[in-house]
Amino acid sequence: MTGAKAAREPTYRDALREALREALAADERVFLMGEDVGRYGGAFGVSLGLLDEFGPDRVRDTPLSESAFVGAGVGAAIAGLRPIVEVMTVNFSLLALDQILNNAATLLHMSGGQVAVPLVIRMTTGAGRQLAAQHSHSLEGWYAHIPGIRVLAPATLDDARYMLAPALADPDPVVIFEHGSLYNVTGTPDPGAAPVDLDSAAVRRAGSDVTLITHGGSLGKALEAAERLATDSIEAEVVDLRTLRPLDDATALASVARTHRAVVIDEGWRTAGLSAEVAARIAEQGFYDLDAPVERVCGAEVPVPYARQLEEAALPQVAGIVAAARRAVG
Amino acid sequence: MAEFTMPALGADMTEGTLLEWLVHPGDRVARGDIVAVVDTAKAAIEVECFETGTVERLLVEPGATVPVGAAMAVIDTVKSAPEPAPGLAPEPARAGGPGATPLVRHLAEDSGVDLAAVHGTGPGGRITRADVVAAVPGKWTGKRQVAPRRPATGAQALPSGSRVRATPLARRVAAEAGLDLATVTGTGTDGAVRVSDVRAVIGTASPPTPPPTPPAPSPESAQTRAAADRQQAMRRAVGDLMARSKREIPHYYLSTTVGLSPAIDWLRARNRQLPVSKRLVPAALLLKAAALAAREVPQLNGFWTDGGFVRAPAVHLGVAVALRGGGLVAPAIHDAADLSPAELMARLRDLVTRARAGRLRGSETTDPTITVTSLGDQGVEAVFGVIYPPQVALVGLGRVVERPWAVDGMLGVRPVVTATLSADHRASDGATGARYLAALDRLLQKPEEL
Repeated sequence: MTGAKAAREPTYRDALREALREALAADERVFLMGEDVGRYGGAFGVSLGLLDEFGPDRVRDTPLSESAFVGAGVGAAIAGLRPIVEVMTVNFSLLALDQILNNAATLLHMSGGQVAVPLVIRMTTGAGRQLAAQHSHSLEGWYAHIPGIRVLAPATLDDARYMLAPALADPDPVVIFEHGSLYNVTGTPDPGAAPVDLDSAAVRRAGSDVTLITHGGSLGKALEAAERLATDSIEAEVVDLRTLRPLDDATALASVARTHRAVVIDEGWRTAGLSAEVAARIAEQGFYDLDAPVERVCGAEVPVPYARQLEEAALPQVAGIVAAARRAVG
Repeated sequence: MAEFTMPALGADMTEGTLLEWLVHPGDRVARGDIVAVVDTAKAAIEVECFETGTVERLLVEPGATVPVGAAMAVIDTVKSAPEPAPGLAPEPARAGGPGATPLVRHLAEDSGVDLAAVHGTGPGGRITRADVVAAVPGKWTGKRQVAPRRPATGAQALPSGSRVRATPLARRVAAEAGLDLATVTGTGTDGAVRVSDVRAVIGTASPPTPPPTPPAPSPESAQTRAAADRQQAMRRAVGDLMARSKREIPHYYLSTTVGLSPAIDWLRARNRQLPVSKRLVPAALLLKAAALAAREVPQLNGFWTDGGFVRAPAVHLGVAVALRGGGLVAPAIHDAADLSPAELMARLRDLVTRARAGRLRGSETTDPTITVTSLGDQGVEAVFGVIYPPQVALVGLGRVVERPWAVDGMLGVRPVVTATLSADHRASDGATGARYLAALDRLLQKPEEL
């Protein structure tokens, strides 16, 4: 099914796979490991076919122990390899948080600059697919909290395709969040696309009245909200943060300086979340540009429910974004 | 629902630039209230509202140039309470107090002006914004920035607890413009002042030309250049209008010399009983007579429009005022025929002051039904003027001079004035004009009846 679809119009999943294939082909130090990434083709089908193409040394199935195989990835990176570790979902990654925070993110500092950890960790995040609380949370903000790592959230096909190479080239650990609802999104790849500049956010839509700041799985909703607002003669600018750490606040603030109003959309929880960080920076650095309080549209502060209607109610939706933008514009 | 439109502030005006809104959405306005300042080629003019109601929306940003007749604001006339009938005290809330709209009263409060001490020049003696402005001693800058309520002893003018709710951007923009946020009506949540509210007050920039009133020293280059530009524009505007007048209007001219002995004697006797400040000058009598004569000869009091003469229902006497630095305006003294000479004089003084300050009101510039030009103070004996279209007549008054003058067969040295009439031959003939000058003469012989 996936393969048939890919033959016609590429999906986000295809873009990720193509990026992996390119990375594996380009540098023999690169290898992929994780639960079911080999024979099964990856829990979300991203690595389907790569085992046949590159063999078991380059595409390795691991035991069911996140701490163990992420730790192995840290070791391999220190030893000179370029591991790409797939952790099925962000919820499971908490089992490996000790490796990520205490080892990957910290070793360069604790070794006085002698031990770098060039590791790439991929994981799925987000809700919207009725997978219930243990498979649906958005914890990007937790990882963005950690100094020493880079956190990426590719929201478009081109970002999915072209973020991996610069991530592998980064001497520091990089965590890439793939939103689960994006895998089947199709699109036309930009023929002129180049490796993504991991330091800058992207303005996905220009506007003059309000800035919608978001990332990952909420980008599509923000763009749809912007279209709806446009029918109301409210021109919304949509900023895709793209890199959640280090946060490119300059792009967001430049936009707010133009529009004077900001709505932050984050599927994560509101309290102490990524949206709080973005809103705080706007208040710190853009206070005198604001003509309305910063609005936030976030996930409800509950474990993400299984039932479809409840799940939808718990997540940011287009109507909520539109309403927040209208409040801001007044 | 009614629209407030860009008024034609003169026959030659096709478009105007909004300099300043003096009202905000939500403000109550009454007919005659001044709601905006509009820049024409000639002057910054205060424009009155012709509706009573609540300002619903402002459609035009300050700085925008819009054609005459274009909608500038929407006024909700339905929400409004009925206006007090004309003739009644306009402000029942202040029994016995001077009449003034809430806007004006607010301004007076902010400016530290006691309304009871202000002489109202509006309809029915109502105190207008201009009256309050005139009463602020030397404080008026042409902006809504008003004098502090009391001599500033500290930086904090507002008592604590009355902090204005305003967005940071609004605060910043207001501070840059030197605008007191307390004077701005907020349209945001819970009345918060937003940047659009501030911009509505200050305009996108400061008015392109500073009103010429404050002779305060200022950075020369920009200001003198602006003044030069204005003078040029003024010259052009006057030139266009006068060329049109001479091109389109077949003028005829009449002249007569009027003996002023009775008028001057009466004036002298009357002035002797009055304090200096209340004394009249001959101009007051001359204007009154000119107005009454226009009422007597209505064929000269009105407009030539669409190929026909339209008689004006009242005499709004236009008075040509030479501006400092050149140029000319001819604002109206409304209902001049109904005013006493003393009132006329007060009006004249006010009008000249405001004309030179560039703070005329819209109706004053559009309303004149017949204009008087007097060059007496310049020493000339007679002036044959050019009619102000679409008016049909212009009265010229020269200097009051002493001449050998025969009355009842007796020669004496007496004061006389040469009165002229330039009239539109399409609207009247020489005989009509002659009747006017004759009436003027006759009226001036009975000054006590003026």
